[in-house]
Amino acid sequence: MEEVKIGVYICHCGLNIADVVDVEEVAKYVATLPSVAVSRDYKFMCSDPGQSMIKEDIKELGLNRVVVASCSPLMHEPTFRHAIQEAGVNPYLFEMANIREHCSWVTEDHEDATEKAKALVSAAVRRVYYHQPLEVREVPVNPDTLIIGGGIAGIQAALEIADSEHKVYLVERDPSIGGHMIQFDKTFPTLDCSACILTPKMTSVGMHPYIELMTYSEVEEISGFIGNFKAKIRKKARYVDEDKCNGCGVCIEKCPWKADSEFDMGLGQRKAIYTPFAQAVPNIPVIDAEHCAYFLKGKCRACEKFCELEAIDFEQVDQIVEIEVGNIIVATGYDPFDPTPITQYGYGKFDNVYTGLEFERICNAVGPTSGKIVLKDGSEPKSVAILHCVGSRDENFHEYCSRVCCMYALKYSHLIKERTDAEVYQMYIDMRCFGKAYEEFYKRLSEEGVNFVRGKMAEVTDMAINEDEEGKLIVCGEDTLLCKTIRVPVDMVILATALEPRADVSEVAKLVGISQSADGFFLERHPKLDPVATMTDGVFIAGCCQGPKDIPDTVAQASAAATRVLALISKGRVELEAATAVVDEEKCSGCRICNLLCPYSAISFIEDEKVSRVNEALCKGCGTCAAACPSGAITHKQFTTEEIMAEIDGVMV
Amino acid sequence: MSFKPKIVGFLCNWCSYRGADLAGTSRAKYPPNVRVIRVMCSGRVNEFLIFKAFTAGADGVLVSGCHPGDCHYVKGNLNAMRRITGIKPFLEAIGFESDRLKLEWISASEGPKVAEIVENFTGEIKQLGPSHFDRSHNCSGAQIC
Repeated sequence: MEEVKIGVYICHCGLNIADVVDVEEVAKYVATLPSVAVSRDYKFMCSDPGQSMIKEDIKELGLNRVVVASCSPLMHEPTFRHAIQEAGVNPYLFEMANIREHCSWVTEDHEDATEKAKALVSAAVRRVYYHQPLEVREVPVNPDTLIIGGGIAGIQAALEIADSEHKVYLVERDPSIGGHMIQFDKTFPTLDCSACILTPKMTSVGMHPYIELMTYSEVEEISGFIGNFKAKIRKKARYVDEDKCNGCGVCIEKCPWKADSEFDMGLGQRKAIYTPFAQAVPNIPVIDAEHCAYFLKGKCRACEKFCELEAIDFEQVDQIVEIEVGNIIVATGYDPFDPTPITQYGYGKFDNVYTGLEFERICNAVGPTSGKIVLKDGSEPKSVAILHCVGSRDENFHEYCSRVCCMYALKYSHLIKERTDAEVYQMYIDMRCFGKAYEEFYKRLSEEGVNFVRGKMAEVTDMAINEDEEGKLIVCGEDTLLCKTIRVPVDMVILATALEPRADVSEVAKLVGISQSADGFFLERHPKLDPVATMTDGVFIAGCCQGPKDIPDTVAQASAAATRVLALISKGRVELEAATAVVDEEKCSGCRICNLLCPYSAISFIEDEKVSRVNEALCKGCGTCAAACPSGAITHKQFTTEEIMAEIDGVMV
Repeated sequence: MSFKPKIVGFLCNWCSYRGADLAGTSRAKYPPNVRVIRVMCSGRVNEFLIFKAFTAGADGVLVSGCHPGDCHYVKGNLNAMRRITGIKPFLEAIGFESDRLKLEWISASEGPKVAEIVENFTGEIKQLGPSHFDRSHNCSGAQIC
């Protein structure tokens, strides 16, 4: 083996590190360690001059190992690996010591921080000594993409990818695509009709030659890795033959059975055979077996009798479809917060207390009241209160701000003013009108005569204390600008409910192998610089499944996710983990413990030779097998026992 | 001089190491005693590495992985849990405090939890005092030093 020559570079990171850690002292200390040929400190190692310094040292001093002590390897490891590769050193002969996130930023005492930095750098130096050059392997990328969720995010991403003539499987749980956006009446701040701007996109999805739309379907299983995923999708029985049905709607007309409409938030009704709304894509009804008389009682079949195309098929069963894709975009959206637990607001107790999404349906021309803003008794409200931050910015429920509520509450004010003569009260904590033209919309509403009351309201009650309050809902709380308690009698209360993670968000996270943030939404790879990627390569997230956001942000994120996928498709190949496990067949006793432990079934037992062997294309490099092998026959490359033991010795200095 | 415990922290790359990064970016302050060693998965940590840490002079060893069900490698963290559950009685049997070995689950979004765990574990180790693990068998992987 050639003589090991290690170059060590201590980064100041401006003052981020140097303010707390005595970088010069660390550099001096490191220079005394064996095999260290050069030890320097510099203001910004990641800058061009910083990288050039490493490259020049490699050339002039013949370095064959490099250690950079700076930020987290999750930030700049690729940067430095690339730099040393350019100078002709294998990129895996590199180690990073994290003296920023794990040291200077978290340690108060400067002496302690300097000691800790010395230990972390000495560990990296000892470890890099044992590094071996590794080769990066490449595999082809399947150009097909799976998109989970057919809301605006899924629709946008699907169209972007399909327009480049690459196949997309768009899987939607409900009978139609459209998501929450198709439930909205208008969109803020432009007051575009939501359906008017969304349905053209939905139709494009339905007709697109490169999109295979799978509605009323759910992804059940995903295996594989970037470029080569396999998915099992359950196509739930619609009891309507998709190939025969032409969407004429006679079956719906003739069906005598009704159920609450999910699309209208239970405020209206639909038939037992139904499409959720008129512009559904695909325009093919489903039979709701839980409410269909034939399924419940064994007779009826009215729909079948009237269907001239014989498309009704009561014998249909769920189908499992297996597909292979290269990338996955998760766009599963959000659930609206259910305000029932906030009992003091009387949702579910008083007739005229509505959630945001319910009011959205009430405003809609095809909603339960045909777009008339009316109370349960059919009369027009004379006054309406909109309570902000219901379930958001509330440590009992969700600490985060749901971002869209202020704006949709303003939109409701406008719609109420436009269609009725009612007084409107906005009870807010802070008005957060952050987007393009949002503040202007707020100003416009202020001028339209909406009453703004600052304060989180305490209660909605029907206990009148004077004649004016008789028969009204009384909103009680404190006006924090006037510093006095108030009682506002109104006819209708709208709760600006939060956006929360889907009820089954954890199951979906496990299904696709991604993580959740503390608030339950899916966790992005980096909160600022990588907002659509996840820790799992080849899996991207878009829209409200990543966190509450408005439609423009959702569309931007969906396009971003599509672009990331297209970049991988365009390159056509992907680099795989080089730090895999390898079995020394001489030492292998054939016990097969590793076979069972491997979560990817990447280790198989070779019967003829009575030894186990790792399939490197499947190995993801977790190292569990290496840890478990009783004969020490498995080496986890880049994380060998020798390397980690050297690192342990290093941190002990 | 007061006792400054040395603690080796084996943190998995995907959850706990990122959690510790987040503690840094959010400038959480915690004692300097835990020295982090990054492993791809907590399932990579076995008895060799744990005993190595103790023989090299660690007063405590912290192993941390993704929460059960969240493992980047499906179930590596459960292997870590079984292994550590098995090693603890062994440590007791050789007359060593098994409380010096700790397993925790830290997700990538739990920055404050990192600070809290390090604070508490450092306190616990200070209570236990310096480790009296037999260091005469320190199998040095690092021949260069």
